[in-house]
Order: sequence, then C-alpha cells, then structure tokens
Amino acid sequence: MKELSLNILDIAQNSVSAGAKNILISLEEDEKGLLTLTITDDGKGMDPEMVKTVTDPFCTTRTTRKVGMGIPLLKLASEQAGGSLSIVSVSKKTDPVNCGTTVKATFDTTSIDFTPLGDVVDTVVVLIQGHPEIDYLFLHSTPKGVVRLDTKELRDVLGEEISLGEFEILAWIRGSLEEQYQALKK
Amino acid sequence: MKTLAELEAIRERMRGKVAVREASDNTIRIVVGMATCGIAAGARPVLNAVAEEVSNQGLSENVTVTQTGCIGLCQYEPIVEVYQQGKEKVTYVKMDADKAKKVVEQHIKGGKVVAEYTITNYKK
Repeated sequence: MKELSLNILDIAQNSVSAGAKNILISLEEDEKGLLTLTITDDGKGMDPEMVKTVTDPFCTTRTTRKVGMGIPLLKLASEQAGGSLSIVSVSKKTDPVNCGTTVKATFDTTSIDFTPLGDVVDTVVVLIQGHPEIDYLFLHSTPKGVVRLDTKELRDVLGEEISLGEFEILAWIRGSLEEQYQALKK
Repeated sequence: MKTLAELEAIRERMRGKVAVREASDNTIRIVVGMATCGIAAGARPVLNAVAEEVSNQGLSENVTVTQTGCIGLCQYEPIVEVYQQGKEKVTYVKMDADKAKKVVEQHIKGGKVVAEYTITNYKK
C-alpha cells in the first residue's frame, strides 16, 4: 500500500463485513512522533484461533479468506516503521452484547520506512459512501489539535430520509474535514 | 466554515429530490471493487471520480454508485462494473480516475460502452 490511509480503508472494510453498526477510527500522534492507529468495531468479532491466524497471510484458509492480506499488510507497515500490531476481539458467540474487534497499530513517524499517512479524508469519505448506514467516529489528534467527525451528529441534523451517502452530504463531510486539517497547519 | 447549519440547508434542498429517485425504476448501478486488491491497485480515486462525475453530469437520480469486495480478478483491478436492466453487464478493468470520468460521460450518460477499457478488449 502506498499510503497508510489505504490500509485504514482496507481494515475498516473488515469491520463492515463483520456487520458493525459503529466503527471508531482513531489516530493519535504524540510530540515524539509516535502514531497510534486504532480501529474498533462492534461487529461479530473473531474467536481466539482466528485472531491468531489473521496476521499470517499463509495461514489464511477459505473460511478466513475475507481477512486475507489486509491485516498482514498493516502489520508489515507498522513493524517496518518500528511499531507493532495487536488485535483484541470478542466473538459474538462468546458475548453477543459486547462483541467486536479492535485493531491497534503503532508507528514511529520519524522512521525512514514509515508509510506516509496520505489522504485520510478520502478514506473517511469512501467508507461513508460505501456504507452510509453505519455510524463512524473519526478522531485524529495531533500535538497541534484535533480533527473530528461523528456521523451520529450529522444524522441528527439530516433525519431519517436523507442518506449520508448522498453526494452533497459527502462533499460537506469532505469540506469539513479538510477545513479542520487546514486549521491545524496554521 | 462547514457548519451544521449549512448541512441543514442541504437537507431542505434535498428533501424533494430523494422522493423522486425512489419512484424511478430505470436505474443504472455502477460497482467499484474495494477489497485489498482493488484498494492497493488504486480503486479509491476511481470510486471518487465516478461519484463526482455522476453528480457533475446530473445523473444522480438514475445512477447508484456502490462498492463491492474481491471478485477474483485481482490482476485486473481497479475494476468498475456497470449493471443496467435488460442489458449485459459491462466490466471495465485497469481503471484510473480519468478513464472513470470518460466511462461516466460516454457510457452512463451517452449510452455508448467505452470498448477499449472493457475486460473483453483486454483479454484479446
């Protein structure tokens, strides 16, 4: 993957396939240049055996195929930039109420092998376009400030009949996020 | 500044339009492959170009743009499929943003398949 934001898009698609109703995408950057990416969903989760195998591309069998290369690619991006990847998951079979998966990856952004974050706004817009019925909370905190988008707030304004996937709404979302990123540059 | 008040204004503008769309039966469905293979090959800008061009050409009322997973033709990604009632599915392969715009303009709006980008043309 050329951009870390593409890995984020890819991993979040796993949450969509897992039937998530809420997806949290969080990016936290500290003063020292450590970046922590967290993607949390309330989908059907995975059992412990599957969690063990999803990071290994050669362990992928037909039943786990929907995970495929996505996690291994994120793991690679993280480890080559001096970080690590972890997955915590509670399967629906174990706990139907609190099930879900959290994928966490860290990166040293000062590493020469750090994959640039790229266009994360594009990633958020594409996710909402693909599944406007899901609620997304996007948070990107940096030492300079925070960029935030909560689709629940937008839904409160738009009501039931207008989908977040409408082009004009997506354009508003893109504009809002871009403005917030611009403000951080000042 | 993008405010929630602005979003409210968009809602008021759109209310009537959404109802019209639901009544229409003659829709064209454009599907972009967005699995790991598609994303790595550059599907994200293709999807955005399709969605933008559909809106720019004023086709939103009859055209839906959706995403799908891997269809097993990873070497041909980014792939865009066009479904239209009563017509055979058209599969465009090795797409980029410019090609995607051309497809929307010539095929979706103009009704003429862009043969040079189709998988049939590639496999020859």
